[in-house]
Amino acid sequence: MPIEVNGKSFETDEEGYLANLGEWEKDLATAMAAEDGIDLGDDHWEIINFLREYYEEYQIAPAVRVLTKAVGKKLGKDKGNSKYLYELFPYGPGKQACKFAGLPKPTGCV
Amino acid sequence: MEEELEGGVVKKFLYVNRRAPHGTIYAHEALEVVLIGAAFDQDVSLAFIDDGVFQLKKEQDTAEIYTKNFSKIYSALEMYDVEKLYVEKESLESRGLTEDDLSVDVKIINSKEMKKLITDSEVIFNF
Amino acid sequence: MLHTVNKSPFEKNSLETCLRLIEDNSTLLLIEDAVYGALKNTNIEEKILNAQTNIKLYVLGPDLKARGLDKNSLITNIEIIDYKGFVKLVAENEKIQNWL
Repeated sequence: MPIEVNGKSFETDEEGYLANLGEWEKDLATAMAAEDGIDLGDDHWEIINFLREYYEEYQIAPAVRVLTKAVGKKLGKDKGNSKYLYELFPYGPGKQACKFAGLPKPTGCV
Repeated sequence: MEEELEGGVVKKFLYVNRRAPHGTIYAHEALEVVLIGAAFDQDVSLAFIDDGVFQLKKEQDTAEIYTKNFSKIYSALEMYDVEKLYVEKESLESRGLTEDDLSVDVKIINSKEMKKLITDSEVIFNF
Repeated sequence: MLHTVNKSPFEKNSLETCLRLIEDNSTLLLIEDAVYGALKNTNIEEKILNAQTNIKLYVLGPDLKARGLDKNSLITNIEIIDYKGFVKLVAENEKIQNWL
């Protein structure tokens, strides 16, 4: 089901993940978040940008426990924990944040 | 997901990679299975034998064949607690490669040691 | 441990690699196109003969038959088994390694 943002149509898979990574833009993330009832703040963007960089480097959308560990390494322990990340992304920091970041559904998320 | 599987049984898993990376889907599929399996906290080892050693060649760039450059994923395995990568010396050498050609830290072992690794494994997946 | 190989040794190196990495006293079963590896007078016959001193070799009968081969085409001391025999080998061995 495609998502319409600023008059542009974005193809997604059946679970709402962006079909073409290269099409991603910030307004799309904002729109996806709004649909989930989230107003993206700086803390959200920090994680979303982190995920995009992570994907660029490793070509994986990380599973939640790997994301938590990696965030901890890069942004510090107070952010690299489930509580912090779940507060930002209540549907699961792996799944939901990856979706907003335009990445595929995390690999190894069971 | 930090807990072990019900019953807490940890088995020795071995993923045997024997195919070159881009001509077929085997190598990429193997990685997907390894990453998914990593959630189960098992004792995981990866073996690279025959053309499988080409999977670890550094500086792969798939931009011009329009496929995903999954070779970068090998560097992320460590974060999934997959840290035991074994390369068969004979396979590496017969393909003109050395450890310096590889993108990640591996343990290079000879055929005899590889034989033991296979024998000591409890669950083996072949790709 | 039971090892199986299913590729022709004249096309893929699966059989050769298996023979390099198989532990002594293991069992090797050749199935599908790997049954060609059991033929006599081939360029890998010597490797098979050497392997036979340390491992027990089987070949799957239905795959031989399908390819117009029989006992007379094979290296001696390779046992031909049917599907029941295949199942028995699987049951007897705790672990299996399939060389694809």
